[in-house]
Amino acid sequence: MEVIAKTNADMLIAGGRNQYTALKARIPFLDINQERHHPYAGYVGMVEMAKELDGALHSPIWEQVRSPAPWQSALAENGPTLRLGECLGERSETAQPTKVVARRKSVAVNPLKQSQPLGAALAYLGIKGMMPLMHGSQGCTAFAKVMLVRHFRDAIPISTPAMSEVPTILGGVYNIETALLTLLEKSNPAIVGLCTTGLTETCGDDMHGILKELRDRNPKIAALPIAYASTPDFKGALQDGYAAAVEAVVRDIPGNTTNHQFGNSADVFYSYAVPGLPSQVTVLAGPSLAPGDVQAVKDMVKAFGLNPVVLPDLSASLDGHLIDQNYSGNTSGGTPLSQIKALNTSAFTFAIGHSMKLSAEILQQRFGTEFNLFDDLTGLEAVDSFLQTLCEVSARPVPEKFRQQRRQLQDAILDAHFFFNRKRVALALEPDLLHSVAWWLAAMGAEVHIAVTTTKSAVMKELPVDKVPIGDLEDFEELAQGADLLISNSSAKSLARRLGVPLYRMGFPVFDRLGNGHRCIVGYSGTKQLLFDIGNIFMEADETQAHEQVHTWRESL
Amino acid sequence: MKLSAGKINELLTQPGCEHNDKKKEKGKNKACQQTAQPGAAQGGCAFDGASIALVPITDVAHLVHGPVACSGNSWGSRGSLSSGPMIYKMGFTTDLSENDIIFGGEKKLYKAIHDVKERYGPAAVFVYLTCVTALIGDDIDAVCQAASEKFDIPVVPVTSPGFVGSKNLGNRIGGEALLEYVVGTREPKETTPYDINLIGEYNIAGEMWGVLPLLEKVGIRVLSKITGDARYHDVACAHRAKLNVMICSKALINMAHKMEERYGIPYIEESIYGVEDVNRLLRNIAAKLGDADLQARVEDLIKAETAKLDQALAPYRKRLTGKRIVLYTGGVKSWSIVSAANDLGINVVATSSKKSTEEDKARIRKLLGEDGIMMEKGNAKK
Repeated sequence: MEVIAKTNADMLIAGGRNQYTALKARIPFLDINQERHHPYAGYVGMVEMAKELDGALHSPIWEQVRSPAPWQSALAENGPTLRLGECLGERSETAQPTKVVARRKSVAVNPLKQSQPLGAALAYLGIKGMMPLMHGSQGCTAFAKVMLVRHFRDAIPISTPAMSEVPTILGGVYNIETALLTLLEKSNPAIVGLCTTGLTETCGDDMHGILKELRDRNPKIAALPIAYASTPDFKGALQDGYAAAVEAVVRDIPGNTTNHQFGNSADVFYSYAVPGLPSQVTVLAGPSLAPGDVQAVKDMVKAFGLNPVVLPDLSASLDGHLIDQNYSGNTSGGTPLSQIKALNTSAFTFAIGHSMKLSAEILQQRFGTEFNLFDDLTGLEAVDSFLQTLCEVSARPVPEKFRQQRRQLQDAILDAHFFFNRKRVALALEPDLLHSVAWWLAAMGAEVHIAVTTTKSAVMKELPVDKVPIGDLEDFEELAQGADLLISNSSAKSLARRLGVPLYRMGFPVFDRLGNGHRCIVGYSGTKQLLFDIGNIFMEADETQAHEQVHTWRESL
Repeated sequence: MKLSAGKINELLTQPGCEHNDKKKEKGKNKACQQTAQPGAAQGGCAFDGASIALVPITDVAHLVHGPVACSGNSWGSRGSLSSGPMIYKMGFTTDLSENDIIFGGEKKLYKAIHDVKERYGPAAVFVYLTCVTALIGDDIDAVCQAASEKFDIPVVPVTSPGFVGSKNLGNRIGGEALLEYVVGTREPKETTPYDINLIGEYNIAGEMWGVLPLLEKVGIRVLSKITGDARYHDVACAHRAKLNVMICSKALINMAHKMEERYGIPYIEESIYGVEDVNRLLRNIAAKLGDADLQARVEDLIKAETAKLDQALAPYRKRLTGKRIVLYTGGVKSWSIVSAANDLGINVVATSSKKSTEEDKARIRKLLGEDGIMMEKGNAKK
């Protein structure tokens, strides 16, 4: 080690037992002894070795493991807080924005996207005492429900006004009224999350008009908080619907006591809210976050002594828990209505996922709450900047727990980077999640082979890949040829089998894996877990591939 | 297929279905016509029902004409298995955008049929009309006919917008499409006196393959399966069978009834769950085909199989006898599973009957006995 320091060497090439000595010193390393998996002999081997050397030396991970945490550099240099290495540099210097290509086809084959109302229902399900009401025919609700049930393996409350032919033509006001009254009688929800579908958007129900008419006509309905989002099936995708529902909630529910919906009765809710506490902050949890992710975010915020109101809080409703009380037809957990009503008293908004931007802006406009938008929460830099903001908002130091987790992540990055180097990964995910995963992979030295997404989004213009088609799984199958790994939802299972490429399941729906309610890929710990999960897939494939490679050398004799 | 008010009414008032057989005393119940209650309804829509009935035809491309939700939230998720072609598991949809809805989706559909045929070479294309495309007035019958002639492939329109009604109605709409466009359009290579059709069995989890070998052993040939693990060609030949065997209660009663009317094929209604029911299935088929040799072979088979079965079930019977279960399901399952449970010595203390016909309910009563609870309506809370 002293020699390396003295000679200012770039790299150590040695046997496996010295590997971790080098890595702990944050020095690139190449294994040339007994335990290695890569063949370096002969002319062909030279190429292999050159590739490995190049990869080891130029992996983007070195900047990450060498860079101090922003709060440390702030203390040391008292200068600019974020000095994030090569990756951030690359990202801001990306000369060409990623081209978003809408594929013009007459037929979608094996659709990747889910429609907006499903996303809206998912967001609504993160609110306590909620009953989502999907304004369409029975099937709209039944299909969405089945998808959610299969993904979360939990009972999912969603209801339907069961539109049939006549109301479709004459208007759905009677069906919505009956549905609301039936719900009040049967499960008495604290709040109803209303969203439209392709059917009712096409027949043109004037939802604002209908709601006004019903509120004027029936005091019971007037007293019921209703958030309403317009989510036609024929536009956008799941994450747009999710975002629309969160926008509807922050627009229709909090603060405003003169709101025509509630009259004066709203004040009642403030008695057990926590208004005015300076420590209250709003966390807008975007569609890329699974319940386990939301829990991790909540834990991070709380660790700084802040009191987060998380909207929507899937970690309390779809985290797969048994309930002690009697069965309720509505959501058993989630953001309490009282907290949503008190969102105006939050000191700051953390918006996680780009699709939460508009909701954060609505809160800013309505209540003057400043916000920070975090596109990603996976990967060292992303978490660094989140914790740094928490640090500044709370005026508290970063807890030791996270400092240790950061060191663990850096170590994990070092251990894992051998397996990510030069790997081509094909992604088919919704924009928010795609952005997180793509940049995280790039930061690990892997290559985004192709990326397919479901809907337009500003963040799709800044991906570590030239173009991103908005397409289906047929496109994905065509473009993913030659990839080392696929990352998509469970629907990609059969195409992965056809391509002979491993599939790591992410996004929605994942119906052939347990534990979707607890999956976590955010924060230092979550990132570390993702690193191990995917690193293990690569490690296994590496050995097989290296063996196959030398056998082809042998056979070419 | 034109879906008029008269047609829907006809589907909801099938003569073979005693919901509506008003001549009989018990027939005052109009369960088939009941519309779903807003806020309380739980089930799927007519499109769901039509898909359930037709998607198991394995070599057909099922093309959903509508916005992405209808196909996007359902494709590939149904459990019916195939012994060969896998194209039925793919999700094809015109994935309509706002512009398509404003300017009409007919041209897109026409091109979609072309693309599906070119790229995947299915035996036929089934086109499903959904709420939105019904509302904007796309004439899928005309598009299908034009595409069929131009591309030389059977293209079957299925008029199944979700808002026309329940899953149950959707099943029948699916059956109607088969009757109008498929059954009777081709001829089988050969026929035998022992040809039957199985109607309403969708080969969920491959369970049909637990029954087919029994039929084969005694020499009964299943000409056409409607529709579990079916091929388009076989369904098209279904009119040459000697007997229709309805498996799933009344969901496709219109097929059995109309095939009796049109082709003179009698039908019987059977269940494939439980020892008693399987025995009855075999005996009734043999009796209806009216062949003494066949009946003898069936008796031999039942004797041999039940002896084997008793041995296999003995350890479970010991552990399961006296256990009490509550069933919450619909239609035929409300009694067929009771029968299977009774065979194992399990007491069914309550069952639902919300989608059951009067005949189903009578069977439940007989099987449950005096103390059984029959839940007419219900929800998860109850």
